[in-house]
Amino acid sequence: MADIEKYIPTVGQPIIDDLKLLAEKLKGKTVQHINSTAVGGGVAEILNRMVPLLKELGVDTKWDVIKGGEQFFEVTKKFHNALHGRPEEITQRDFDIFLETSQNNIEALDVCGDIVFVHDPQPIALIKKRSGNKWIWRCHIDVSNPNQRVWGFLENFIANYDSAVFSAPGFSQKLPIRQFLISPSIDPLSDKNRELPQGIIDSVLKKYNIKKDKPIITQISRFDRLKDPVGVIEAYKQVKKYFDCQLILAGGSAADDPESAEVLEEVEARSERDKDIHVLLLPQDDIVVNALQRASDVIVQKSLKEGFGLTVAEALWKSKPVVASNVGGIPLQIKHKYSGLLCHSIDGASFAIKQFLANPEYAKKLGQNGREHIRNNFLITRHIREYMLLFLSLYHKEDIVYL
Amino acid sequence: MPGLIKAIEPFRFYTRLHLSELTGLRASNLSQLLSIVKQAPGSCIYHHTHRFLQQHQYLSPEPPNDFAYWVSKVLGEDELGEMLASIDTIQFSTVRRLRDKIIATIEDYLKNNISAKLKFAGNGEEFHFIKSVSFVLPTNYIAYDLKEFVDIVKNITIDSIYFHIFESRLRLEKKTNDFSNWIETSIGDKELSDKISRLDPYTHTLEDLRKTIIKIAGKRVSL
Repeated sequence: MADIEKYIPTVGQPIIDDLKLLAEKLKGKTVQHINSTAVGGGVAEILNRMVPLLKELGVDTKWDVIKGGEQFFEVTKKFHNALHGRPEEITQRDFDIFLETSQNNIEALDVCGDIVFVHDPQPIALIKKRSGNKWIWRCHIDVSNPNQRVWGFLENFIANYDSAVFSAPGFSQKLPIRQFLISPSIDPLSDKNRELPQGIIDSVLKKYNIKKDKPIITQISRFDRLKDPVGVIEAYKQVKKYFDCQLILAGGSAADDPESAEVLEEVEARSERDKDIHVLLLPQDDIVVNALQRASDVIVQKSLKEGFGLTVAEALWKSKPVVASNVGGIPLQIKHKYSGLLCHSIDGASFAIKQFLANPEYAKKLGQNGREHIRNNFLITRHIREYMLLFLSLYHKEDIVYL
Repeated sequence: MPGLIKAIEPFRFYTRLHLSELTGLRASNLSQLLSIVKQAPGSCIYHHTHRFLQQHQYLSPEPPNDFAYWVSKVLGEDELGEMLASIDTIQFSTVRRLRDKIIATIEDYLKNNISAKLKFAGNGEEFHFIKSVSFVLPTNYIAYDLKEFVDIVKNITIDSIYFHIFESRLRLEKKTNDFSNWIETSIGDKELSDKISRLDPYTHTLEDLRKTIIKIAGKRVSL
């Protein structure tokens, strides 16, 4: 499936040549990625695409997933919320559950990489297995204002890594190790982002009973309070007073997120049987997401907190006008009034949506600018390059490295 | 034809790829910004005065440095923002001198605008100092004459153009850009060399710069 050459028409031959040059410098090193889920969520999505490409480039790459029961994932979800600064009651029992499951994984998992690349807090304690190899901790979440108790607990592990990686400058913390800024990316050739024939887009709309008779506003994201789906409904209701439009709230659920069913119920309750609100709990089907994004007139990402917000990059890549919160990695993707509109509130979101609906040419221009910004900065080829540089940085401490 | 004159030494194209290293240093107001600019590593000053060149190739015109952008957009000090944006980076041959100029510009402004010290960035809008870590590596592209040089410039990555025009001159403290140096010393065309070295690369996007170099050097090739 993976074929690095297929990216040449999108990014150009020399970019691919650079990747090959870097891969040569990593000959003989094994990189082992470890995270907590094989499907669902941005991390698994990126790894599913990146691991085969790294292998094809000649970087010996493995990907392992830790095991954890329901209790463990409830605790890590609490950690996740607390790290995002949400109030959560964390008990000693929670820490104990985390440590017990971590110990099981430490015993069960074969850690064989020269470079071990641990994603997010769930597998963080595996660092106890460190034995002369290099370890990287990749934080995909917004830890700009973390619960200090949870952060302090994790910091004990982080300090033993060689380097940490964050998605936005504001997420960095005072740490005794090197910290790098690497944004995630989208894959322009994946089912979620590739060009789609109109027939497929139409059939997806038909399948979900959505008529293209009025403008479509869409938010694609997991049913998670931090994505503020209820806030999106409020914004839509304000817009609806002036523009006859419809709203799609669509998303799946991830294996490590036990909270989504509850949030989905809240969303359905708030929709109050408005026929123009389409709440879609999707199976893992990237073509459907792609089609819904392409069918939309305005795409919204009104998150309260955001690790990065890859759905913004996906929408911009499709040249869509985007209204998104000024949080996490979103301002890296949207330069206000140039490649989209940033907002800070429900009122701000509804005002921005109205601006786009009232000015289609303006909306089109910002969408086009957004696509170029994504092409230059947020495609998987840039991400692979930075990961390979990160691996090389483990063996070079200087600011100018001659390879 | 001048384009086919064999170079004394071939030109090997290098590329420069970079990683952004977070320092944990952050400023909320002008006094803090000034204080950190004075002590931050040179790699930080380099990053914040050159990042835009590579990241926003299509967003032109762009503020040429992060300091100017933050001071204007976040603190609302448009006048200082303009002063910082108009620092003529090409005039400085080392990062150290560029840093001195930034410091002097902020200090002068603060002397005459005491109230500017009272402005604070909102939560989440602080200035985060980032270091640029460069990885320099040779590509497989080598030019043996001017025609080959032009053909390669047409296709090479903008990272390579960036390295030879910006990084080698300022960060590696060479006196001129690599292209001009090679054209003068290996092709022997001082006039063309001067034309390229007279370009102010900071007022072009990188793609613009590529086109301009191709245009100037291309004319020589087709003579």
